[in-house]
Amino acid sequence: MLSHIARRVLQSFAVLGVMSLLVFTGVYAIGNPIDILVNPHSDQKEIARAIAALGLDRPLLEQYFSFIKHAATGDLGRSFAFNVPAIGLILERMPATIELATAAMLIAVLLGIPLGLWAGLKPDSAAGKTIMAGSILGFSLPTFWVGLILIMVFSVWLGALPTSGRGPTTNLLGIPVSFLSLEGLRHLILPAVNLALFNLALIIRLARTATREALQQDYIRFARAKGLTENRIVGVHVLKNALPPIVTVVGVEFGSVIAFAVVTESIFAWPGMGKLLIDSINVLDRPVIVGYLCIVVTWFVAINLLVDLAYSWLDPRVRLGEVT
Amino acid sequence: MCLLRIPLAAAVLWTCVAQGAELRIGLAADVTSMDPHFLNLQPNVNISWHVFDALTHVNEDARLVPGLADSWRAIDPTTWEFRLRRGVKFHDGTDFTAEDVVFSIERTFLVPNGQFRTFTQRIVGKRIVDAHTLRLTTATPYAMVPYDLNSVHIVSKKAATGARPEDFDSGKAMIGSGPFRFIRFARGDRVELARNDGYWGSRSAWDKVTFRIAPTDPARLAGLLSGELDAIEQVPTADLPRIRRDSRLQIAQKVSWRTIFFHLDQRSATPPGLTDKSGRPLARNPFRDVRVRQALSKAINRQAIAERLMDGAALPASNLVSPPVFGHASDLKPEAYDPDGARRLLAEAGYPDGFALVLASPNNRYVNDEQIAQAVAQMLARIGVRARVEALPISAYLTKGRNAEFGFAMLGWGSFSGDLALRSLVAAVNSDKGFGAFNWSHYSNPRVDELLERAFASVDEKQREALARDAMRLAMRDHAVIPLHHQITTWVMRKPLAYAPRTDEFTFAHHFRPQ
Repeated sequence: MLSHIARRVLQSFAVLGVMSLLVFTGVYAIGNPIDILVNPHSDQKEIARAIAALGLDRPLLEQYFSFIKHAATGDLGRSFAFNVPAIGLILERMPATIELATAAMLIAVLLGIPLGLWAGLKPDSAAGKTIMAGSILGFSLPTFWVGLILIMVFSVWLGALPTSGRGPTTNLLGIPVSFLSLEGLRHLILPAVNLALFNLALIIRLARTATREALQQDYIRFARAKGLTENRIVGVHVLKNALPPIVTVVGVEFGSVIAFAVVTESIFAWPGMGKLLIDSINVLDRPVIVGYLCIVVTWFVAINLLVDLAYSWLDPRVRLGEVT
Repeated sequence: MCLLRIPLAAAVLWTCVAQGAELRIGLAADVTSMDPHFLNLQPNVNISWHVFDALTHVNEDARLVPGLADSWRAIDPTTWEFRLRRGVKFHDGTDFTAEDVVFSIERTFLVPNGQFRTFTQRIVGKRIVDAHTLRLTTATPYAMVPYDLNSVHIVSKKAATGARPEDFDSGKAMIGSGPFRFIRFARGDRVELARNDGYWGSRSAWDKVTFRIAPTDPARLAGLLSGELDAIEQVPTADLPRIRRDSRLQIAQKVSWRTIFFHLDQRSATPPGLTDKSGRPLARNPFRDVRVRQALSKAINRQAIAERLMDGAALPASNLVSPPVFGHASDLKPEAYDPDGARRLLAEAGYPDGFALVLASPNNRYVNDEQIAQAVAQMLARIGVRARVEALPISAYLTKGRNAEFGFAMLGWGSFSGDLALRSLVAAVNSDKGFGAFNWSHYSNPRVDELLERAFASVDEKQREALARDAMRLAMRDHAVIPLHHQITTWVMRKPLAYAPRTDEFTFAHHFRPQ
């Protein structure tokens, strides 16, 4: 168990090293941030001075090693565009994204599992067919378009919900959250639904397939023969066996929802990390891009670890030491 | 029933939010920092103008007018005397004096990676005559000091001494003398301001102003339509016809200082992307021939682009600065669309069959930039020049442009004077003089350079404007670059609001009026 975790941590350091080098080279290849950020009234000397001030005139490898040296002490550098430490900038935006991602995953899981279960238990009913047809829409409609339609219908036509932005925040254990106030919740609903849609469809389909598979297993027939109530059969035997694949997917998807909620955050002007990433890529703000991806990699490693642990709990046949 | 209820619900909400002297404005781009001496980016400077103030202002037509300085004059060619406004107080109640000006000028050199030293580096001496008189000296005669100081916001010496950028973001050092006091900056989300009742200028109608950052175009418009925002900036041209039909909305438009034009590489023997039609390199650089440059200019139907592609939000250009701006030569007319004449000129220049070029353009910087490039490419095809559009995000585009990787490239430029624009764009590249920093064409004309040098050294405004116009005429008649159009900026607001639209594209809360 411990050695498993230790191995995971080592792996993640290797991933961080490779990733940061790739991103460094990639951003370097695209262009020079000074060309975007420079004062257009500057003359050549001024431009050269600004480039030198950020160390961008030095060879790429030299820049990279200087970055690694500072990163080892926890300093990822100052953002070129915001002029504050990159790591602080990312952490400042993180609560908003986690709040949005959690709300979206809750919607996806709390609606998706029951709906998928229903569709799996009654595949030929009208309700079951409707659920499946709906899930295809969830897959196929682009997030950007759905987001705009949500704004059009619920904000512009019905005037029921705000179009964009995050509501007022209150501090919960020192972290600013917005879901504790009514106004905050009203701002949260549309972006959360928008972000949840794809995963909702995914979970419905997974839950349905897993349910149908479980229903055909011998132990279900046994349970029926034993005279167990339908509630117990579905609630315990079907559900528990249908869950492992869903947990894996929810884990991985939670990671990507946090890391790449870019589209939803941009449409709804949600001040989270995804929007920060896009803005930073647009101006080649390298410290922020690299810092952001480092944090995301760490996230994924942690979530995968949690998924493994959950797996071994749900399915005792899985032993962690043997998972690689 | 349902159909009836929907507009009703919207209407109720509409009237609810119209009450109270609060103004909510949707900004099109992110504000990265509150520090007024860090980056010279439009959204950042826009906020600076609310909280801080500068010695000189520019009016709606981008012409210089008094600000924190009542008056200024050149007492000799290298010394400028500024008389500061009396009785101005910072938001914390301290008096504004010449000390604060000197401190602010010096601060532009101290901010890490700050870019406002561009506007102060020519000032070599600062002498405080009395609390409200300041003399600034330059090493050589330099007419632009009052213009440059329009970009230098004055911070309070008391509040900003030792302040880091973080202290501005948090509000600790956000003490200015501008029309609004700083309340809160939520990065990526909003900036909140409250009226400064002690402001020396005309009193703003708004107790409270919220700038919401809404970079997605349709979402920003939706915010306005739902009544959540009172006004928005940078409206996409495609939405203009629809907005004009909406009786609840008011449009304000003004020609911007931003001019879109094309650079043509006149230096290298073989400009990047230029070949004959079968892909072989050309024997010489056709862009060095003024007839070829003029032919390409004649091939462009500017009127069609302005009317159809830009939905009227562009003004065909003949100059590198737009009509209201200092140094605009109004006797120059936009090159008339004349494909036959263009073909004749090409034939005269020895290219009866035309040639092929790569037309570089950004795809996320200027209004409809990539579509404009496509349209121009089709127009060039009609005179036998085969153009292939290469559109890039601005982050990759500018670096390539500076590295001379484009033969024919679109660029947009905003300046509040013609001589400044010419200095950056068409003056012969000379890093010692600071000339031609963005002269991707590598155009070089000693007569233009000489006129510009005389203009910058001339402290008499009338004389300087005449010189700037002469330089503009010379460069434009020589087709140094191909001007396309001046953008027209659009603001949209809920009626009965009104806005005094500005050539410099700024969105000033204090210039919105409730009618």
